Amino acid sequence: MTVRRTRTMKGVRSGGVGLHAGLVLGVLLSLFPFYWTVVMSTHTSTEIFQFPPKLLPGSHFDENIGKLFDSVDFFGSMLNSAIVAGSVTFLVLFFDSLAAFVFAKFKFPGRKLLFLVMMGIFMVPAQLQAIPQFVIMARIGWIGSLTALIVPAAANAFGIFWMRQYMSGAIHDELLDASKLDGCGFLRQYWHVALPVVRPGLAFLGIFTFMAQWNDYAWPLIALTNPDHVTLQVALSQLNGVHGTTDYGMVMTGALLALIPLLVVFAIGARQMIADLARGAIR
Amino acid sequence: MATAPPIAPPAPVPTRKAKPGGSGPVRRHWRLYLAISPFYLLFLCFGLIPVGFSLYLSLHRWDGLGKMEWAGLSQYRYLLGDSQFWHAIGNTLIIWAMATLPMLFIAMVCAVMLNSAVRFKNFYRFAYFLPNVTSVVAVAIIFGSVFSTNFGLANAVLEGLGLDQVAWLNTPWGIKVAIASLMTWQWTGYNAIIYLAGLQTIPTELYEAARVDGAGPVQTFFRITVPLMRPVILFTLVVSTITGLQSFSEPQVLLQTASNSSTFAGGPDNAGQTMVLYFFQQTFDNNDFGYGAAISWGIFLIVAVFAIINWRLVQRKGK
Repeated sequence: MTVRRTRTMKGVRSGGVGLHAGLVLGVLLSLFPFYWTVVMSTHTSTEIFQFPPKLLPGSHFDENIGKLFDSVDFFGSMLNSAIVAGSVTFLVLFFDSLAAFVFAKFKFPGRKLLFLVMMGIFMVPAQLQAIPQFVIMARIGWIGSLTALIVPAAANAFGIFWMRQYMSGAIHDELLDASKLDGCGFLRQYWHVALPVVRPGLAFLGIFTFMAQWNDYAWPLIALTNPDHVTLQVALSQLNGVHGTTDYGMVMTGALLALIPLLVVFAIGARQMIADLARGAIR
Repeated sequence: MATAPPIAPPAPVPTRKAKPGGSGPVRRHWRLYLAISPFYLLFLCFGLIPVGFSLYLSLHRWDGLGKMEWAGLSQYRYLLGDSQFWHAIGNTLIIWAMATLPMLFIAMVCAVMLNSAVRFKNFYRFAYFLPNVTSVVAVAIIFGSVFSTNFGLANAVLEGLGLDQVAWLNTPWGIKVAIASLMTWQWTGYNAIIYLAGLQTIPTELYEAARVDGAGPVQTFFRITVPLMRPVILFTLVVSTITGLQSFSEPQVLLQTASNSSTFAGGPDNAGQTMVLYFFQQTFDNNDFGYGAAISWGIFLIVAVFAIINWRLVQRKGK
């Protein structure tokens, strides 16, 4: 027993050096662009254009930040992103979990058909909807406002599917029957019985939705026609388009600051999110 | 006997049919229908009607403001002979292959290494997944700086090695390399995490049996790991095909860095123009809404064909 254990330990250790070297190389490649952003955002553009390139952070970060805030309404667009991502996340969590609860736990005429239709909608690519959506939004006067981003995203097939899978396993029918006997109506069952049980599933959907909305780019680029009223990603792209070849230090500072809120959200939910994504993929 | 209770549960079905008059099924279940209605309402307004409208648009000429003009199938006829569209299809497929093949290969290598690692597994997973959650715009700006002709790190390394510099963002192949490497960087870790989850479902006894039979690590990998991982590999292939064929933000931001001419520029010789980028250019730069709608149906068809090919691959394995 002890002999065998020492042998496996030795095996791990000898193979361990090469293994960990490989894994660390992967980590360096993954993290290097982040480091490089920090390096560039702390140098003036004159320093950036020198050869050989500076590989260590410089001392002009505050200068670049000052120029950034003079060039774009950084906090204004960040606030817009927060409003869009926040309200979409809230609405998606509510509407998707409510619909998922119905699909997971109730029988009613048309249930199968309605669910199939919903899954079919998964397959419709976004470009097919882009032009008509733009035209419709222009007619009802939403183009240029954040409403154009929030309303179409307020419920989605992925979230309903995800929460339905989660709820059919997590909520026991006996619990629902008991609550019904206690006189709980549909809404109270949803609120007091279903939601408390599926909090982890909601957490994943919430983080996933928030990040997807925060990073969304194509549709906001089209729909937000007023250049002074945009989301963070669009502001960043404007910054790159106008100053991209002249003031890289400032543009990279913008990229760095735009990444920070997202990295914070990810750091909070990373562990569960990674586990859930992997589980979903292998089913 | 105690057979009575098990029969009791199906009772609601007869009672539902017993009262066909006053309260129909819709009235009985109105709460349920109301609860699922938001999604279907939104889909109707921003999904189904737009898709129908886009079909209608593709049969017309329209600049988005003036009067619509009936065009029949001429937009589609023009699309079939539009060399720039075919060029964009070619670009999309080349960039997709340049990004996906190394991406899935490196992801598998990382996953095998992660699977045998004992310590720091959570840290590795976190670090590998991090690129995937960052915004494409920020990442494209960062990669634009790395591949910049004048001061980019890629050229600095080439110069340090005594090689000639490459105008990455301004040559047809350079721009494809830049776009593909961005995608590879952003998606390798995601695929590695999924492969790792698949690897963890393979029983360790299989590997032990192989080792007893004298199989080396390479043989074990190709004889045991790859066949058992086939469904997972196909899943990642399907996901990367669907996302890769619809790439837009990566080329758009990188090409914006290279030239300030228009929002949806195609880059040097249009070599960085993907199908979706061409769609946006025709629609929102040229205000050719009718032709844009026809292009979007063309893209839909191409993605659907590739999805069916992928699905067939899965099916054949099932038999």
